[in-house]
Amino acid sequence: MGTQMSNLDRQDRLLGYIFISPQVIGYLIFVLYPLIAIMVFSLQDYNLLSGVREWIGFENYQTMFSENSLFLKTLKNSLVFTAGLVPLNVILALFLANLLTKPIKGVTAFRVLVFAPVITSAVAWAIVWKFMLDGENGIINQLLALVNITGPNWLRSPTWAMVSIIVVRVLKNVGLNVVLFTAALMSVPPQFAESASIDGANSRQVFFRITLPQIMPSVMMVLIVTLIGSLKVFDHIMVLTAGGPGNSTMVLVYYIYYQAFQFSEPGSASGGAVVLFLVALFLTLLQWNFRKRMSYQET
Amino acid sequence: MKHNKITHGVIYIILCTVGILFLFPFLWMILGSFKTSVEIFDLSVLIPKVWRWENFIEAFLYQPFARQYLNSIYIALFVSFGTLSVGALAGYAFARMNFPGRSILFIFILSGLMIPVEAAIIPNFFLMSRLNLINTHIPLIIIPIFGARGAIGTFIMRQHFLSLPKEFEESARLDGLGRFGMFVRIMLPLATPAISSVVILSSFYSWNNFLEPLVYINDIKLFTLPLALNNFTTSYGLPMWNVQLAATTLSVVPILILFIAAQQLVTQSMTMSGVKG
Repeated sequence: MGTQMSNLDRQDRLLGYIFISPQVIGYLIFVLYPLIAIMVFSLQDYNLLSGVREWIGFENYQTMFSENSLFLKTLKNSLVFTAGLVPLNVILALFLANLLTKPIKGVTAFRVLVFAPVITSAVAWAIVWKFMLDGENGIINQLLALVNITGPNWLRSPTWAMVSIIVVRVLKNVGLNVVLFTAALMSVPPQFAESASIDGANSRQVFFRITLPQIMPSVMMVLIVTLIGSLKVFDHIMVLTAGGPGNSTMVLVYYIYYQAFQFSEPGSASGGAVVLFLVALFLTLLQWNFRKRMSYQET
Repeated sequence: MKHNKITHGVIYIILCTVGILFLFPFLWMILGSFKTSVEIFDLSVLIPKVWRWENFIEAFLYQPFARQYLNSIYIALFVSFGTLSVGALAGYAFARMNFPGRSILFIFILSGLMIPVEAAIIPNFFLMSRLNLINTHIPLIIIPIFGARGAIGTFIMRQHFLSLPKEFEESARLDGLGRFGMFVRIMLPLATPAISSVVILSSFYSWNNFLEPLVYINDIKLFTLPLALNNFTTSYGLPMWNVQLAATTLSVVPILILFIAAQQLVTQSMTMSGVKG
């Protein structure tokens, strides 16, 4: 018996490597190599036509971070987008999850409805909203006209284009966070809230003083995941505004795409990719840190 | 008691308002795909006067839509099967086998989840172009399987295998099964919940993927659905609103039906460990 075990153990040493090899080799080629490559590319001038590459040090970064540059505008837009999207998404999700955990009939139907956009492709969702947000003939402005409001040309005005994309994306993705919060809310023992109401707390006080602190770990997780997701927005931008008008919705991933594949500037595109990677890295480490603390709390 | 009834009423009113906000785009899309281009933008015509089925036929005439639809289906099937195979093998090894460097290698793979696919797209494009794989479906299949996205398969499968009791394998070993036999005959059949999660997550990712097809494909016959849908406005001078809506309906409604049929399973998979971006 003992020898049989060690046979298996010996076998495992080799077989283990064989089992993980497709994943590890793929990772080296499609993840690790590209990461090193973007750092290298960002330090080079790469002429796509002639194929000539030249080391130019931090020149790409200097151009990217120079005054009034497209990249600085991109970073600012990404920041505005994130600052608008994340609170709106998380607050709406908390609000809806709170309603959907109430013991009322037909709650499942509402849950399905709120989740339906999550499984719909972003492109399809954005196409439908593009029609509805049309400045002259869109149904939204026609509805506003009924109450005597002249709606703006949503997707063609620098301010409203950003607002529109934020709202369209929140409606698309909020369902995911609603489900996460619903699960968190249902795991809170109802006794806490009950005893607080007996002590005379109203429902708002119960929510903010009792329930919310209980689900704080989930809220933090959702915040970070939503933050990372918002940095990677591309599909909605591409379909709704293509970065316009006047680059007012040019955000990080769209910048990478635009510089590399429309403008043939792989150097600054790679610089943008390095920035995206570093921000995502920082946020993910933060998330893992929270998750670790959460699991300590649980055990 | 009376207070309770009022609160319920208020909750229902709020829920219905929100519900309309979420239902309306779908309703408008489906009804719009039966309208003329003019009716789409006419508020007074919510329900089409004459149901224009031709929109759906025109979607297939305007682009090789059937072929594009099949492209999306078969690519999603390959991606989900590939992610599952690679993830199940690696996940099992990480959960059950002892080999030097196991935990470091696992953290290494897991770190893929934090690397945005978008950050790696430029070098991957150059690589594919050197291998003459631009304008083929191969990048759309292998990069999601083996790249950063693939790590989710390994992660979910490992978590599941860790949760299974070791006794199953021990009795299988006494019956004379080797490692591979244990994996295929004992462990995989016990992993159906994790398998369905991996399949759902990876096929959704592939089905909705937009940036990668946009970068790797420019032949209209090789388009996947997101590319095809977005193409109805751009390539001709005039946009074909109603045909584009019909095509969008054709791509969205089957997925919605699948979702409603397997609602619980899909929701659980999508929220799994909160890794979706």
